[in-house]
Amino acid sequence: MDSLSKLENQSIYILREAFHKFDHLAMLWSIGKDSTVLLWLARKAFFGHVPFPLVHVDTTYKIPSMIEYRDRLVREWKLQLVVGKNEPVLVSGVTYPDGKATRVECCGTLKKDALKQVLDQHHFTGVIVGVRRDEEPTRAKERYFSPRDKNMEWNVEDQPPELWDQFKTDFKKGTHIRIHPLLHWTELNVWEYIERENIPVIPLYFANGQDERYRSLGCAPCTFPIKSKARTVREIVEELRQTRTPERSGRAQDKESEDAFEKLRRDGYM
Amino acid sequence: MSSPTPVLTEQLKIVIVGHVDHGKSTFVGRLFHDTGRLPEGKLEQLQKIAERRGVPFEWANLMDALQSERDQNITIDTAQIWFHTAKRQYVIIDAPGHKEFLKNMITGAANAEAALLLIDANEGIQENSRRHGYLLHLLGIRQVAVLVNKMDLQGYSQERFRQIEADYREWLKTIGLEPKFFVPIAAKHGDNIASLSRQMPWWNGPTVLEVLDEFTVSELPNAQPLRFPVQDVYRFDDRRILAGRVESGTLKVGDRLLFSPNNKVSTVRTIERWNAPAGNQATAGESVGITLTEQIFVERGAIATLETAPPYELTRFKARLFWLGRNPFRKGKTYKLKLATQEVECEINAIDKVIDASTLETVSRGSDQVCVGRHEVAELSLHTKRPVAFDLHSEIVSTGRFVIVDGFDVSGGGIIVEDNYPRRTADSLHKSENIYWSEGKVTPRQRALLHGHAGYVVWLTGLSGAGKSTIAGELERRLFNLGRHAYVLDGDKIRHGLCSDLGFSPEDRKENIRRVGEVAKLFADAGLICITAFISPYRSDRALVRSILPAGKFVEVYVNAPLEVCEQRDPKGLYAKARAKEIKEFTGVSAPYENPPQPEVELRTDQLSVSESVAKILEHLQIQDADSAITI
Repeated sequence: MDSLSKLENQSIYILREAFHKFDHLAMLWSIGKDSTVLLWLARKAFFGHVPFPLVHVDTTYKIPSMIEYRDRLVREWKLQLVVGKNEPVLVSGVTYPDGKATRVECCGTLKKDALKQVLDQHHFTGVIVGVRRDEEPTRAKERYFSPRDKNMEWNVEDQPPELWDQFKTDFKKGTHIRIHPLLHWTELNVWEYIERENIPVIPLYFANGQDERYRSLGCAPCTFPIKSKARTVREIVEELRQTRTPERSGRAQDKESEDAFEKLRRDGYM
Repeated sequence: MSSPTPVLTEQLKIVIVGHVDHGKSTFVGRLFHDTGRLPEGKLEQLQKIAERRGVPFEWANLMDALQSERDQNITIDTAQIWFHTAKRQYVIIDAPGHKEFLKNMITGAANAEAALLLIDANEGIQENSRRHGYLLHLLGIRQVAVLVNKMDLQGYSQERFRQIEADYREWLKTIGLEPKFFVPIAAKHGDNIASLSRQMPWWNGPTVLEVLDEFTVSELPNAQPLRFPVQDVYRFDDRRILAGRVESGTLKVGDRLLFSPNNKVSTVRTIERWNAPAGNQATAGESVGITLTEQIFVERGAIATLETAPPYELTRFKARLFWLGRNPFRKGKTYKLKLATQEVECEINAIDKVIDASTLETVSRGSDQVCVGRHEVAELSLHTKRPVAFDLHSEIVSTGRFVIVDGFDVSGGGIIVEDNYPRRTADSLHKSENIYWSEGKVTPRQRALLHGHAGYVVWLTGLSGAGKSTIAGELERRLFNLGRHAYVLDGDKIRHGLCSDLGFSPEDRKENIRRVGEVAKLFADAGLICITAFISPYRSDRALVRSILPAGKFVEVYVNAPLEVCEQRDPKGLYAKARAKEIKEFTGVSAPYENPPQPEVELRTDQLSVSESVAKILEHLQIQDADSAITI
């Protein structure tokens, strides 16, 4: 079995464990490449079906074509979509684009708090998230089944042991578990898999006329394209084989301070 | 040295272990730097941070991503990071060396196929150097290389290196682990990591990079017996699909599958995959679905195998276990056991030994071992509420290991070790479906008229060597000659077939007798005189059999001979073995026999001959014995 198939089979196993163990299960879909690959893997695991709702945390600052792409796939793949928005904060305008919050504060309210609102509202106890260990160093320490307390906080100093594909599936009422089926994939693996499976991804990832492409997608005001000539999936795979630039180099919120991102994640960010 | 990632199909996971502060994270940081795999700007970023904080730059900060880790200069949690050589891709798993974070070390190591164990040349072998070595072995990791680090602090002394090598080799030998290599390094300066060090002209290699490439990727267990644990059952698009991962062996369309533990049998109709050719087989590691030709009731937890190679299916097994829970693993408390996709309540049956994994010394808790403490290792037997399907870890890894859940937390893990587990035979696998109790249209009276006698159970009980089997055989012969329908239910026959899954523990003996009683009852119901010859030492067990038979149909025969007489006879040499303690729990010697207070017949076989004994039973059954004159 080739290494890509090994990754795929492991992810399918984790998705099925999650589906069996959680009555109130949802999958976060950021519209980016990772969570779209995850969505594809769910269809693999459940034989063409996605037997749980997808949650899109909409900051309203996403690049417009992301929303078009989202709605098209929802129609074509017959998905259940739940959209979460932090309406009070959006109304008050205490956001980074409005100049009333730092980037990290803005991520905290429009993404993290919005997520908490959706989880509380729908009583989700299991949330599937497409983070990967190679994305950034705190994610490198994640578990496949990662508990969050009632305030969504991640107790990173005291994580459960995880061995032999036996996961933490018992948890206190009021807490929830984040499930990370893509944890063991690298950015390169994701693109190789997109190529192998011919998965439709949003065109923002491909180089435009100005030789720029997005490598990681977030909100328009805080996400910047990189210089690239890669116009196809194949060319992206080749580009990634050469590069030593970190994947999230175009994501501004990671860089506000040394541990800005760690703090966000401890508080419940994806 | 930076080179593009080649198209690599092979991946190997390596865990870095060893005592706290022996330089694991530093080594990983340096390995990345020296092979040109650090992300662009990362080194500069870490240097700048160190400068701003007014602390010396540490290579370890690359892996120690948490603020609390950097503040304390220790690794708290395991992290994974990727790199490659020309040969293959590696996942490097950095594990913490502090005892407090052993569960994180286990999490890292349980995922690895090979390990690099670091020992500080200055400090030498420490507590966790040994504990980690032991745990690697327990986790099944056989490919280990030892890196003797911080050689710079020992003046790059060959003598010091050889001494540590000799000492640690000796220790590993006691636990049955033989490291592939020992390499002297100074991680901080990159000595002998990617290239040979000028500081150690006496070392001709290999370097750490060369060592990594010497490890092998373990093959998937395609050639082993099939194990397909059912993960879930889906009903999609009008098909009932059993979803699961082939843990070992190969699954093919047309395979006749046995589902343990409930022993249903069906045949694979299709193998299901999405957006891939369905194919007619699935190999180890594949997460697939199957449909069956005959619809049977199967749920999560069942393990599908071929009928020819079933797993063990018992309520008790022996294991070697490590405990990570905050609270000790206690006797008398119920826990959840997870093995493959099975979940069942379990308890400690007996703790044979508790071991301090850093010294291999037995931990003594007085005369009665009642618990396994945090970070201890134990040899013990577990008892489960329902039968569990399992294999020996040494034979099939994935169904030979388990975790224990205490409350909400996975708190321990273990591997199943050898014992005298009874293997199921082909006979014991034929199970009937659609079980219901039918009264039938033929009455017991009609049967008695046809046979010329009613059905009975003649239950012989007594010590081994008292004469039960001899009397049973003679009684059967006599009855047969008298034209009566009689049959002896022989202990050995039962043990080989009906009860081949049972051992000799009190519970298993009880179950053995219960089954014999049920079978005897059916024979009596069919109008036969069923003779049983079992020690059946417990009153309650015999009372149970009596209770399932109509009044007067259970004839309890106490075959009574003094222990000394039985021991003198010792036809099977069992008393001798029991006295030599080769047999545990032998009735009359090391286990009790509860004699019947009011048997239907009592035979003092030290005073009566075999034919006299048989005559007394016939007398009770009111069978005229014309034959009795012609005794043997």
